[in-house]
Amino acid sequence: MRSLPVLSLQARGHELAAPSAQMAALERSGAPAFEEVLARHGRAPLEAHAIEVLQVNVGKLCNQTCAHCHVDAGPDRREVMSRQTADEVVELLRRHPEIPTLDITGGAPELNPQFRYLVSEACAPGRRIIDRCNLSVLLLPSQRDLVGFLKEHRVEVTASLPSFRASGTDAQRGDGVFARSLEALRLLNEAGYGGGDGLVLNLVHNPVGTFLPGDQASLERDYKRELQLRHGVVFDRLYTITNMPISRFLEHIERTGNLQRYMELLVSSFNPRAADGVMCRTYLSVGWDGTLYDCDFNQMLAMPSNHGAPQTLSALLASGSVVPRRVVTDRHCFGCTAGAGSSCAGAVAE
Amino acid sequence: MAETYYCPHDLPRFGEMGKDRPELWAKFLDYYNAVFADGALTAREKALIALGVAHAVQCPYCIDAYTQAALQNGSDREQMTEAVHVACAIRGGASLVHGVQMRNVADKVGM
Repeated sequence: MRSLPVLSLQARGHELAAPSAQMAALERSGAPAFEEVLARHGRAPLEAHAIEVLQVNVGKLCNQTCAHCHVDAGPDRREVMSRQTADEVVELLRRHPEIPTLDITGGAPELNPQFRYLVSEACAPGRRIIDRCNLSVLLLPSQRDLVGFLKEHRVEVTASLPSFRASGTDAQRGDGVFARSLEALRLLNEAGYGGGDGLVLNLVHNPVGTFLPGDQASLERDYKRELQLRHGVVFDRLYTITNMPISRFLEHIERTGNLQRYMELLVSSFNPRAADGVMCRTYLSVGWDGTLYDCDFNQMLAMPSNHGAPQTLSALLASGSVVPRRVVTDRHCFGCTAGAGSSCAGAVAE
Repeated sequence: MAETYYCPHDLPRFGEMGKDRPELWAKFLDYYNAVFADGALTAREKALIALGVAHAVQCPYCIDAYTQAALQNGSDREQMTEAVHVACAIRGGASLVHGVQMRNVADKVGM
């Protein structure tokens, strides 16, 4: 088995650590401008009209260095959200009780000291809080009480597991990650997660390679049967998410000579119905430093919300509203509109 | 004419078989898509069967297409290799079981 590099692109001094180099690579791939294709299908411009999900990325620190990570997260990253910025998130949610969902991501968000503060302060009747969890974090000695904390606050766990087989999961996430993920899933199941009693445990499948995800409902059937029969593990829903051609997955497809083919696949699979359901229409993404973005992918490409919308939490708190706003797009957006579409809640078009 | 009978660029041209008799192509596609839809077997299981059959009929287009379909539907190399071995075992077994015919003839005419 091939071992993954243990350092982020940034720590390796790789040129693709820079968003400008990533954008240049996508342009070199020959992919057309995203806005042109949107317009050709009568979908331009993309606009956000509501905040149904406030997605907060608390930083790039992670205990894993997965091969496809769009964040370039890892143990060597030090960008983490401060208490001051976390307080601004809490204040935004206090002022807008109509925002139904807080989605906390990273890195491994649980490693950020503000994670539990955010969960505790944002917890309100009727509000859904999602923890985007890499599973192995639950086994760290410093996180022994994490499952209990998540359960106490009825946090929904959305956990990455690209395959119900060890070889696929370990190829993407690192040697031994599948076994540790199963151990963590059992801890969650023992606490009542995934059993249909309201403690929600969802899994995320990313393709282990340069192709689109299979059918979400069909894969969910396979995952449920295989994980229960072979490992006694249960969960609620499976989300399929397309690998985004940025950061470490971009480095992978460029290094393996698949960049052009993968972009051709994404472009030729453009689905107007997926464009109708892309998450940027209903998400607002917050960076570890309080900058606002239309999605977590734009965040990693340093493309803040624009077209007149506030670009920071403090500006938003001072000035009012980020909707309606025109979404900032570029060639990476083909990743969300290909095939059945892709979002942090899985496929968006049947 | 192509220099070889098999060419990778011909796989995406499969749809050209809809020319001249489009109604037959449409019937084939309807059937084909229905066969591969989720049913009592999942799309992943059907892709694995297709991969095994592709090796049994030794179709390079099908091997290319269903290697990718099997991966896309969540199978890994170990499972796909087992599918190829199933095709191999059935092909080998099919040859071997015809040995009974050989034995029947030999029993009849031999001494």
